[in-house]
Amino acid sequence: MIQIPNPSVGRRTLIAGAAGVLTTAPGAVFAQAASGNQSAVIDVNRARTEPIPIAVPDLGGDEQLGRDIAGVITNDLARSGLFRTIDHAAFIQSGPSGSTPNFQNWKPTGAQALVTGSVQGSGGQVRVEFRLWDILPGTQIQGTAYTTSQSNWRRIAHKMADVIYERLLGEKGYFDTRIVYISATGPRDRRTKRLAIMDQDSENNRILTDGSWLVLTPRFHPTRDEIAFMSYANNRPRVYIFDLTSGRQTQLGDFAGMTFAPRFAPDGSSVIMAVSNGGGSDIISVDLSSRASRRLTESGSIDVSPCYSPDGSQIAFASDRGGDQQIYVMGAGGGGARRISFGNGRYATPVWSPRGDLIAFTRYAGDTSNFSIGVMHPDGSGERLLSEGWDVEGPTFAPNGRVLMFYRETRSQGPRGSGFSSRLVSVDITGFNERPVPTPTDASDPAWSPLGA
Amino acid sequence: MNVKTLGALAAVALVAACATKPAPEAPAPTPVAAGIVPGSQEDLVANVGDRVFFDFAVATLRADAKATLDKQSAWLAKYGSVNVQVAGNTDERGTEEYNLALGERRAHSAASYLKAKGVASARLSTISYGKDRPTAQGSTEEAWAQNRNAITSVR
Repeated sequence: MIQIPNPSVGRRTLIAGAAGVLTTAPGAVFAQAASGNQSAVIDVNRARTEPIPIAVPDLGGDEQLGRDIAGVITNDLARSGLFRTIDHAAFIQSGPSGSTPNFQNWKPTGAQALVTGSVQGSGGQVRVEFRLWDILPGTQIQGTAYTTSQSNWRRIAHKMADVIYERLLGEKGYFDTRIVYISATGPRDRRTKRLAIMDQDSENNRILTDGSWLVLTPRFHPTRDEIAFMSYANNRPRVYIFDLTSGRQTQLGDFAGMTFAPRFAPDGSSVIMAVSNGGGSDIISVDLSSRASRRLTESGSIDVSPCYSPDGSQIAFASDRGGDQQIYVMGAGGGGARRISFGNGRYATPVWSPRGDLIAFTRYAGDTSNFSIGVMHPDGSGERLLSEGWDVEGPTFAPNGRVLMFYRETRSQGPRGSGFSSRLVSVDITGFNERPVPTPTDASDPAWSPLGA
Repeated sequence: MNVKTLGALAAVALVAACATKPAPEAPAPTPVAAGIVPGSQEDLVANVGDRVFFDFAVATLRADAKATLDKQSAWLAKYGSVNVQVAGNTDERGTEEYNLALGERRAHSAASYLKAKGVASARLSTISYGKDRPTAQGSTEEAWAQNRNAITSVR
């Protein structure tokens, strides 16, 4: 694996500050397919039952990079559950570079779409060209070239996979994204927890904090390379902002009580979070530039886990104001909270889909300890459970709203905690295609980044 | 002033409870195991009880919890220079964020009781670890009962 020498894990500035280095130029390099050519676009719902068969042969040019990039694309597409990547053993020919493929050689593989391309490297820079073909009519759907530093080759591969996903399914992908999460090591009664970040395909793992203090619940800023999280630094549990570019941590606001459960507003200007208050907790919002805070609930009960709707007009949160913990929705200015969860058990961690049409949640029955991850409409209707287990919690949406990630804990089998584990899992919002998301250590509290972050 | 008066009263009450002990003016030495420094965390654990327990999902103080906190407030009255932190904990049932709030509510519940018994606010602080610092590592009713607590520790 190629190590990126820059210790900074900020990426937006890397791209923005290097406009000439990483260029995406659809149409500039190849002739685009006719704009009306949508014959290969397939509905996501159909792809769930009939994944799109696609051939991704190794790219030409640089042999190693050509194979590696094709491998990353293949893995991204296959893990989505919406594509069936054709085994290379079924190929009649390897991918041509530059010229029009001989479609007669690709039809027998059963592939409907074909990816071809080439990689040219020199002086630490690479130029990657790729084309996406609709095999049956024999037409080009997309042609794109990227130039970047060689160490960025994985991102190029993810961007290519996003282009393929979008052109064939008609909606944005989620492959050029990262996951921030909590890495956990050590025995259960004195776990060491560290802030960690990785690409969505589990590559490029980085540990961001040294484990001196307990850290929890990281969340991505919608437009900047920043993470809001909770740290027990100096035994004062408070919400902090972590700057991914500088590595600097800054406490958010100065409150007498514990602050926790942060999430950014959709426009990135403020953070909404909980602050403990006399045995309960209130929802407050804190402006990121002025640091002025505003109290949005004051019920005397536990109000926690606030999350804005994507248009910023509403806030979902969990509260035990009615006895058991349930999910409520109120206006962004506070007030007028109405309960939306009415099924069996307690409801927690409401997270609004980036599409606005669903709220994902954790549900658990106190007496049996069985947890579920589910979704419901913001008015509380249409509840569906997607995954169940001993302890599954903390859902986070992929930026396109098609996939959820959460964490799954297994039960201790003995007094020393043997058998206990905590792992990340992803699942389609229909409940299909549940998959483990590998991490080097136990992991919890995943949060998906925006696309391209 | 009120707090100090209450503290003095609590000390007197303690002494009065130990009726068989001789001098009412000087606090009676608590029977301690060899090597334990009076007024230390070890003293609190061995001779008073450093923690109280809760039922599932609530922060209501049970009778056994109040009895332990009564002993803690007396001990704190005796060692007036000792400050303590009350840490609230939960069992593993429930989500991370809710349990942080529930742990805080338990710590607050225990600390408020100590205050009502005369311990000065300035000597008390609270913290919550939610479900992140379990005493027992198992996933059984017994383990959960141990982990639903508020633990007082000398700062």
